[in-house]
Amino acid sequence: MFAYIVRRLALMLVTLVGISIIIFVLLRVVPGNIVDILFDAAGFVDPTDKANLEKELGLDLPIYQQYLNWIGGLLHGDLGYSYVSEKPTLQEILPRIPITAKLAGLALLFSASIGIPLGVLSAVHQGSRLDYTMRVVSLSGLSLPSFWLGLLILMASVSLFGHMPIYNPNPKTWTEAFAIYAVPAMAVGFRSAALTMRITRSSMLEILRQDYIRTARAKGASETSVNYRHALKNAILPVITVIGIEAAFLIGGLIVTETVFNIPGVARFLVEALRWRDYPIVQNLVMLIAVVVVVANFTVDMLYAAIDPRIRYGD
Amino acid sequence: MRSVQALAAAVLLLLPAYDVASAGEPKQGGILRVYHRDSPGSASIHEGATFSINVPFMPVFNNLVMFKQDVAQNSADSIVPDLAESWAWSNDGKKLTFKLRQGVKWHDGKPFTSADIKCTFDMLMGKSQQKFRQNPRKSWYNQVEDVTTNGDFEASFSLKRPQPALLSLLASGYTPVYPCHVSPADMRTKPVGTGPFKFVEFKANESIKLTKNPDYFKKGLPHLDGIEFTIITNRSTAILGFVSGKFDMTFPTEVSIPLLKEVKSQAPNAVCVVEPVNVSTNIIVNSSAPPFDNIDIRRALALVLDRKAFVSILYEGQADIGGTMLPAPGGLWAMPKEMLESIPGYGPDVNANREEARKLMQKAGYGPDKRLAVKVATRNIPIYRDPAVILIDQMKSIYIDGDLDVVDTAQWFPKVARKDYSLGLNLTGNAVDDPDQSFYENYSCGSERNYTNYCNREIEKLFDEQSMEKDAAKRKKLVWEIDKKLQEDVARPIILHSRAGSCWQPYVKGITIMVNSSYNGYRYEDVWMDK
Repeated sequence: MFAYIVRRLALMLVTLVGISIIIFVLLRVVPGNIVDILFDAAGFVDPTDKANLEKELGLDLPIYQQYLNWIGGLLHGDLGYSYVSEKPTLQEILPRIPITAKLAGLALLFSASIGIPLGVLSAVHQGSRLDYTMRVVSLSGLSLPSFWLGLLILMASVSLFGHMPIYNPNPKTWTEAFAIYAVPAMAVGFRSAALTMRITRSSMLEILRQDYIRTARAKGASETSVNYRHALKNAILPVITVIGIEAAFLIGGLIVTETVFNIPGVARFLVEALRWRDYPIVQNLVMLIAVVVVVANFTVDMLYAAIDPRIRYGD
Repeated sequence: MRSVQALAAAVLLLLPAYDVASAGEPKQGGILRVYHRDSPGSASIHEGATFSINVPFMPVFNNLVMFKQDVAQNSADSIVPDLAESWAWSNDGKKLTFKLRQGVKWHDGKPFTSADIKCTFDMLMGKSQQKFRQNPRKSWYNQVEDVTTNGDFEASFSLKRPQPALLSLLASGYTPVYPCHVSPADMRTKPVGTGPFKFVEFKANESIKLTKNPDYFKKGLPHLDGIEFTIITNRSTAILGFVSGKFDMTFPTEVSIPLLKEVKSQAPNAVCVVEPVNVSTNIIVNSSAPPFDNIDIRRALALVLDRKAFVSILYEGQADIGGTMLPAPGGLWAMPKEMLESIPGYGPDVNANREEARKLMQKAGYGPDKRLAVKVATRNIPIYRDPAVILIDQMKSIYIDGDLDVVDTAQWFPKVARKDYSLGLNLTGNAVDDPDQSFYENYSCGSERNYTNYCNREIEKLFDEQSMEKDAAKRKKLVWEIDKKLQEDVARPIILHSRAGSCWQPYVKGITIMVNSSYNGYRYEDVWMDK
């Protein structure tokens, strides 16, 4: 087990180095840089000013030199300066992380707490009206883009309550503080909840047909015990896998949700930084996301072993 | 006709004054909450070229002179002192001297003196040790030879030749005075000014906060305690925010005509106005390469335009047709209607124009069996893309098959500068409604923003002639002549001049949306809230 963990950690490191190279090169392959964008608003490009600015930002150096400078800085905890705000990258990124983390956490919580119980219910009552209703709702959840759902929520909120639950850095009450995260979390987590529900349902249906479930019932176990103690425990593995993958995919949904609800989180910041070709911000943020994804995958693998005693990671 | 225009101008001048007077005595206090359409690249007005910077940061600064903030139409007559107490031209029109206010302090407590004027304009002219990272309006000061000081409270601009319009350029929101003792880098992140509001913080993609300057040299101003701009890039969210009362005002001139209807239906009490923004939608033609090196094809292109269709489809009728200069009543320098309609392509009979265009195309060797295929390059933004699509449709009627070539924003100007296009759809904004700014910037030989490389030495002489002319009536006639010639030469066919909406809650008083510029009306020192 120990050797397996060490191997996985080494693989994680290789993956991260690979990602760092890919993102660094890709960013520079995309046409235009921050200097072009700064001049864009002026409506012309002054070649001398452009050259001076590129030199000031280190963009005139060979690409390998720029990469080494970045990685060298990263190893020393120096993430460089944002080209746009001219503030340290860390200072720009750090305050935004808790905002996105709260939103993502709530979205996953919403996804699991709604998706799993409804999936079980749907499977247990297969073919019933409840099952059909939930399948239709889950299908709509998978079909509705989160930005559209977000806009619908905002419009309904303004129309019904005359209030808009967009981000407010200084909420007056705890309910407001909760609402500014909970409402967008629901918007972004709806799709994920629908997926979780469908996976839970199909996994449960498979398990419920197993012999040991029939044995449990024959022994006189209650339906609740059969469904949740015997069936769900065994059906949960693929659901955990999906939630793990969803955690990684969530960033895509968060970009639009943060934009629609005007939340100053990491995801929206990444899009803006990309628009400005703010390389230090984009590189470091993508690396951060890569670390989160790699760690999430690692955690899911470890959870397998914890949940299913049959799984052993041999040397 | 002229008397009607004069009456319209008088009404325009009087309307805002009536608005302020009818609103009663200004109340003190309150934070004005405005949404901002995007996150500006920096806080330095001099280094920017978008009113995304002017709107939030103009309240931090003062100019030497400025356009009177409660007069909607910017003109030489609406220029008032700001940091200058008074100004005077020398008899030969080559020296402009300003007497400066005394006792003015920068927000960091340091005294303002004439040295700050010299520093600012030396930097703008590229003469000082300290440099701006970008200096997009350096060409505005091409005729300024030197800026000198006489004691702490007098500064003079010596010119190479008379240029009465210099005063208008100095009155623009683009011409604030910067402090000598703060570096350009610091001005990009923590601007220090003398203006009615002090800079508090700028969180990229989040918010910009300003607070009242209690030591403002204009006693009793500003009325507000502060201004907060919340950056909302999603237009739907922003408008919903305004409708729900989260904001006191929309971002100025950012509400499109269709959205304006939504706002009015959901917030019927909101005060909304639609005004020209002095931005023209135009066609850029690469006349240095085939097929548009052929003047007949360029002329055919000018003749094919059905401008009313553009106005009707894109702006539901709320845009103006004109030449280079912004049309009346908002604009001061536009040709009279009869003169405009005498230019090929501007006549009311579109079918006749197109028939003539087809003849020119046939003369150039094209016809129904041999159509001309061109790429229509434009930026990948709706306000660029949408008119490009209509242009492509209209060109079909004269045997030209256009293919839309959308270009990423970061690549648009480098591509245009390389002349890597045949035909393009472009937008041109003017900060000051003055021919000096428009003609030299867009049509002068060798100018960076003269994308089409149009160069006509005869017209260039006329540019200088009008620029030096002191008599406004004579200058206007010269300007009309130049504008007519530019359109006849198909230098950069103008399709339309757009308009846009601005809305604010009924309790917000003292807002005036300028009718001939989107860059000069954001000092907000007179704004107050009746609540």
